[in-house]
Amino acid sequence: MIAIVGTIPDRDFPMILGEVNLDNGRIRIQGNSFPVVRGTPALLAAAIKACEVLGRPFPVGHLAGDIGLGDGSRRLYKYLTENLRNSEFSVITFHYFQPDVDWHNRIIFSLEEMAYRPILIADAGFMYAAKMSGQSEFYDLFTPDVGEMAFLADEKAPHPFYTRGFIFHEENRVPELIKRAYSHQNAARCLLVKGERDFVADKDGVKTTIDQPRENAMEAMGGTGDTLTGIVTALVGSGITVKDAAIMASRVNRLAGSLTRPTPATQVIEMISKIPQALEIVLKEKEQ
Amino acid sequence: MLGFFKKKNPKHNEKERGVSADLGILVFENTSEVIQAENVLKKAGWSIRVMGPPPEIQTGCDLVIEFPLIEELNILRELDNADVSPLQVVPVTAPLLLPVSLFQTKDFGDFLMVRAANMKLTIDKKTGIIVNISGGGCPDVPYLAQEMVGKNLHEAPAPKDIGHTLCGYALQLAYEEMIRQ
Repeated sequence: MIAIVGTIPDRDFPMILGEVNLDNGRIRIQGNSFPVVRGTPALLAAAIKACEVLGRPFPVGHLAGDIGLGDGSRRLYKYLTENLRNSEFSVITFHYFQPDVDWHNRIIFSLEEMAYRPILIADAGFMYAAKMSGQSEFYDLFTPDVGEMAFLADEKAPHPFYTRGFIFHEENRVPELIKRAYSHQNAARCLLVKGERDFVADKDGVKTTIDQPRENAMEAMGGTGDTLTGIVTALVGSGITVKDAAIMASRVNRLAGSLTRPTPATQVIEMISKIPQALEIVLKEKEQ
Repeated sequence: MLGFFKKKNPKHNEKERGVSADLGILVFENTSEVIQAENVLKKAGWSIRVMGPPPEIQTGCDLVIEFPLIEELNILRELDNADVSPLQVVPVTAPLLLPVSLFQTKDFGDFLMVRAANMKLTIDKKTGIIVNISGGGCPDVPYLAQEMVGKNLHEAPAPKDIGHTLCGYALQLAYEEMIRQ
């Protein structure tokens, strides 16, 4: 079973746990609903769409409202610290969170007490907390964009906001950034770096790059990285290895973007509706 | 395949290092400002402490305030409202680090995108409407996008006014750069 943990940009949204559904552009969970715009809602929607095609159960959401004050994140941190050890998830994806080193480390202790280790994926604020804690290697997959990759590569930076200027944030420097991040133990076992060209890498270097189809407008669209993390989560949950899932997810996300014919003003919900078609195409390609 | 997990201690926990990577330091002109800022922040419920400065800090007085770095934008707004702004704000583990100052601009024809650190802001060049905000990982990013997308750049709320975190601060820099261009 897959768990997806993150925050919703609504201060009044309570902390909720339960299976998520997607209905009419809204995520529904335990009688509550919220729109799919970007962030964790976009990740959830993409994972649901991929699970539909894969014939897998929908993810369980662990969600709380937080608009940046950290209150919802702290409620989630506390719940996870107390309860993860007794859970039986096979994959856990951590997403939008207020980064907090102390709470992050308490969650690691709880994960260590689980009977079986789940596959751990981290993106967004939770990935920042993992790097700040010096615990990146604890995770199976990080899904940074190029700016976040520069942050992982800068062993001194406590947040992307403080990434040093000499660590260039350019696409053509990504292999260097990957190497530097691994040399300082600031990368997960596998990296899926999203950008004009996507990179799948591990400690031995770049394993493959995916650059087709290419839609430049996707860089400007909020939520396209979240959908990528949602798709890879669903694929890993279906039993595909992390590295193969990362390669497939990159291709599916790019194809869904291309099928949308996006402009920089396109909203991610339009792209999410194309994920089933894109995944069907990639699954057929894989069979041949 | 699920594997059995070996228990180990987080290798860089707070106790081992004596200092946490997610803290920052506020440097002030004089001790009286430190005391004033301490009162303002404590009254507002922030978890802060007054301490001696690290050796790398050359300016300011002999006391600094330690605070949760991620909430830099929120805390600076609180201090600005009380008219007691710091001389400098730096990460506690690396006091010589400066906020990102490099911007990347991409022209999509009808649209223009500016990136600062991990945050991207895109506008329609003809109307000035903010059409997308992407990147970032702190919980105020989806909230900021919700409040800003669809509005004119000059009419939308500024990230510094409604954001709370360092991602919000990075978006503020992208927003200022977009206005400058």
